[in-house]
Amino acid sequence: MDLSAINPVLLIASLMVAATPLLLAAVGELIVERSGVLNLGVEGMMIIGAIAGFAISVETTSPMLGLIAAMVAGAVLSLLFAFLTQFALANQVASGLALTLFGLGLSALMGRSYVGIKPPAMAKLDLPILSDIPVLGPILFSHDPVLYFGIALTAAVYWFLKKSRAGLILRAVGESHDAAHALGYNVIRVRILAIMFGGACAGLGGAYISLIRVPQWTEGMTAGIGWIALALVVFASWKPWRVLLGAYLFGGINVLQLNLQAAGIAIPVEYLAMSPYLITILVLVIMSADKSRAPAALGRTFHASQ
Amino acid sequence: MTTPLLSIKGLTKAYPGVVANDDVSFDIGPSEVHALLGENGAGKSTLVKMIYGLVKPDSGQMVWQGKAFTPSDPKTARASGVAMVFQHFSLFDALKVSENVALGMENPPPMRDLARQIRRVSETYGLPLDPNRTVGDLSAGERQRVEIIRCLLQDPKLLIMDEPTSVLTPQEVDILFKTLNKLRAEGTSILYISHKLEEIRKLCDHATILRLGKNVGECVPAETSARDMAEMMVGDTLQTPTRSTEKAGDVVLDVSGLTLEPTNPFGTTLKNVHFTVRAGEILGIGGVAGNGQDELLAALSGESLTWPDAVKVKGQDVANLGPNARRERGILAAPEERLGHAAAPDMTLTENALLTGAIREGLTNRGFVNWTAANNFAKSIIEKFDVRTPGTHVAARALSGGNLQKFVIGREVLQRPEVLVVNQPTWGVDAAAAAAIRQSLLDLAAEGAAIVVISQDLDELMEISDRFGALNEGRLSDIRPAAGLTVDEIGLMMGGAHGMEVASVGDQKQEGASA
Repeated sequence: MDLSAINPVLLIASLMVAATPLLLAAVGELIVERSGVLNLGVEGMMIIGAIAGFAISVETTSPMLGLIAAMVAGAVLSLLFAFLTQFALANQVASGLALTLFGLGLSALMGRSYVGIKPPAMAKLDLPILSDIPVLGPILFSHDPVLYFGIALTAAVYWFLKKSRAGLILRAVGESHDAAHALGYNVIRVRILAIMFGGACAGLGGAYISLIRVPQWTEGMTAGIGWIALALVVFASWKPWRVLLGAYLFGGINVLQLNLQAAGIAIPVEYLAMSPYLITILVLVIMSADKSRAPAALGRTFHASQ
Repeated sequence: MTTPLLSIKGLTKAYPGVVANDDVSFDIGPSEVHALLGENGAGKSTLVKMIYGLVKPDSGQMVWQGKAFTPSDPKTARASGVAMVFQHFSLFDALKVSENVALGMENPPPMRDLARQIRRVSETYGLPLDPNRTVGDLSAGERQRVEIIRCLLQDPKLLIMDEPTSVLTPQEVDILFKTLNKLRAEGTSILYISHKLEEIRKLCDHATILRLGKNVGECVPAETSARDMAEMMVGDTLQTPTRSTEKAGDVVLDVSGLTLEPTNPFGTTLKNVHFTVRAGEILGIGGVAGNGQDELLAALSGESLTWPDAVKVKGQDVANLGPNARRERGILAAPEERLGHAAAPDMTLTENALLTGAIREGLTNRGFVNWTAANNFAKSIIEKFDVRTPGTHVAARALSGGNLQKFVIGREVLQRPEVLVVNQPTWGVDAAAAAAIRQSLLDLAAEGAAIVVISQDLDELMEISDRFGALNEGRLSDIRPAAGLTVDEIGLMMGGAHGMEVASVGDQKQEGASA
C-alpha cells in the first residue's frame, strides 16, 4: 500500500469535478421541490442532457453549444412531466418514474451512433498568474467554466430563495398552493417554471458527465447520480448550501475511495464503494436534525376548484 | 343618500348542478358594517369570491364608487381597495409573519420597513404581533391578526371577513370587534359574513340575508330579533328544541378525582375533577376554550387512560379501557375537531361510519368488513340527520362543516349510547342544523342516556342542559342546576374559585398565547 501516491492537491481538484454533476442536478431539484413538486425524473433528464449535449457538440464541434443543447433537452423533457402532473393532474411519483425510464430508453436509442467517439474538449478557464499559484492554483483556478457556474448557481439560488420576492412566492406555492391561489398567485405557472429550471439543471449536469468528466458516451452513464441528487435534496433539508456541502462530500469521498482502491488499501472494494453513500447520508442526517422540514405541499396535486 | 361604496346588481353564478347565486343585489355604503347572512351553502362564500375576483359572475354587475367593477383576479380587486380575511386562513405555516404579510401585498416595502409597519399597525389596532415569528407557532386568534394586518396595511376601503369568529375565543372576539369598530370610525366599510346572529346584532349596521343563492330580505340587525333573522335564513319557522320533563334515573357516569396530564405540550392539566351524570340527564360543561375541554373528552372517551376508579360507568371501573372497549360498554364520544379527529377527511362516509360504528352496529365479522351493513348504517345516519350529500361514497372532506357535524353526531347517537360525550356539538353549524342536533341530544337523553355536552356556547348549554359546570384552568366548578342560573353566576363559575376573574383569565390567555 502506498498512500503517498495520493496527491492531495489533485484529489481536491478532482473531487470538485466529481461533485459538479450532482450539485447541478440537486440544485435544480431543490427549486422544483421548494415549489411543491416532487420530480423523480432527475436521472432521466440527466441522461437525456448527457446524450443531447454529446451529440450536438460532436456535430457542431462546439462544447458550449452542446451544453446549451443539454439544458434545452432537459427542460423539454421536464415539460412532459409538467404537462402530466400540472394539467393532466397525474400522480407525481408515477410520472417521475416514467420520465426516468423514458429518458434512459430514449437516450440509448439516440446514442447508438455515438458510442466510441471522443467529443471536442472543453477549454479550461485558464487564468494566467492565478492558476500558477502553487496548491491554490490547481484547486481553485484551473477548472472548466461549468464548475464555477455550479457554485455561482448555488449562491444565486440561495439569494433567490432568501431575498427575492419571486423566491418568496415560490416558497409560498410549495408551502400551501391553496392559500397562494386564494391570494391570486398563478400556482401552475410558478410550478411549470420551477420544473423547467430543474430540467435544465439536470440536463446540464448530465452533459457535464458526458462532455467533461468522462468525455465519452456510454449507455446509462449517469449511473444513478440523479437518484443521489434526489436523496441529497432531502438530506440537505432543502437548503442550497447544504446541497453544495453534501455534493462535495459525496464527490470527495468517491474520489478518495477510488484513490484508496488504486493504492491497494486492505479494505474490501465493496466497503470502499459504499462509503460515499454512507458517509454523505450520515453527515446530512446529523445536520438535518434541526427543525427544518419538507415543503408542506410537496408532491400534492393542485387543482383550482371554483 | 350618499353613493354606495359598492353596489351589487343582479349577480348570478351557477355551478354544474347548483345555482350558487341567483340575481343577488344589495348596496354597501361607506363606513358601514354590512352583514351577509345565510345557512351553510346559501352562496355567501361564492358571492364574496366574486367581489374579490376569485370567481367570475355569469351575469350581473358590480359598481364601485360609481364606476363599473369587474375584477379579473384578486390583484385588481386589491388595487381597487378590497381586502379579504378568509374563513380558512390563507396563511403559510412555515413562513414568518412578515413574509406572509408581504405575500398579500402588491408592492411590499423591504422586509425591515415592513416589519416596522407591521409593529406600528398592530399596536394602533390593539392586535399585538411579532413580525419575526413563524406563523405555524401562532394560535388561531393570532393567525387571524396576521390576516387582518395584511389587509390593513393596504388601506382597504372594503374589508371582507368570512366567518371570522368561528375559531376565536370569546375574549378574542371582543378584541376583534373593537378593531372593527375602530376601522368603521375611520371610514372603512366591512362586509361581515357569519351565522352567529347575536354577534351580528351587536356589530352590524345592515344585513342582507341569502337563502339558496337568492337575496330573501334585508334588515337592521339591532332592531330585529335573532329569531326573526334565523327564520329568514331558514325560510321556515325555527323549531326550538323541546325538553321532556322525565325524572332523572340512576347515576350512570361517575367521575371522581380525575387528574390527567395533557398529551400535547400546549394542553391543560385536569385537576381533581368530580361529577356524576344520571340516566336521562344532560350535563353542560362551559368555559373558555383551552381550559381542559379536550383533555376531559379524551379521558371520558378512552383516548387518555387514567388512574383506576377515576371514571366509572354503572359502578364498573372503565378508567383503564381504550376507546373500543368503552364503546362495547356503550360509552361513545364525538370530539370537537371534525376533520382529522371525529372523521378521517379522505375516507368516504361509509368508511367513517364503520370506524366508530363497527363494534356496536356489528359491522365486522371475524375481521372481515360487512360493507353492505356499513353502507346501510351510513345511509341511515344521512336520512335521519338530514345530512345533505350526494351519497355515502363521498369523502368526509367534501361535506360542509354543518353537514359533517350532523353526520358525526348522528353516527354516535344512532349507536344507542348509554353515555355520550360531545365537545362543541354545533360549532360552525347554521341555526337550523344546530337546532336539529340539540333536539337529537335531548331525545337521546329522554330515552335514558347520560350525556355530557362540552361547549363554549353558553346559550346552547342553558337551552339543553339539566345541570351546569364550568372548566377553568383544568378545574371543574361546582355543578349546579341549569334552570335559573344567571349570567353573573355563570361568569363566577367560569372564573373558578378565585372569584370574579373572567376577564383577567381571558387576558392571561391572550398574554400566554402571544408570549
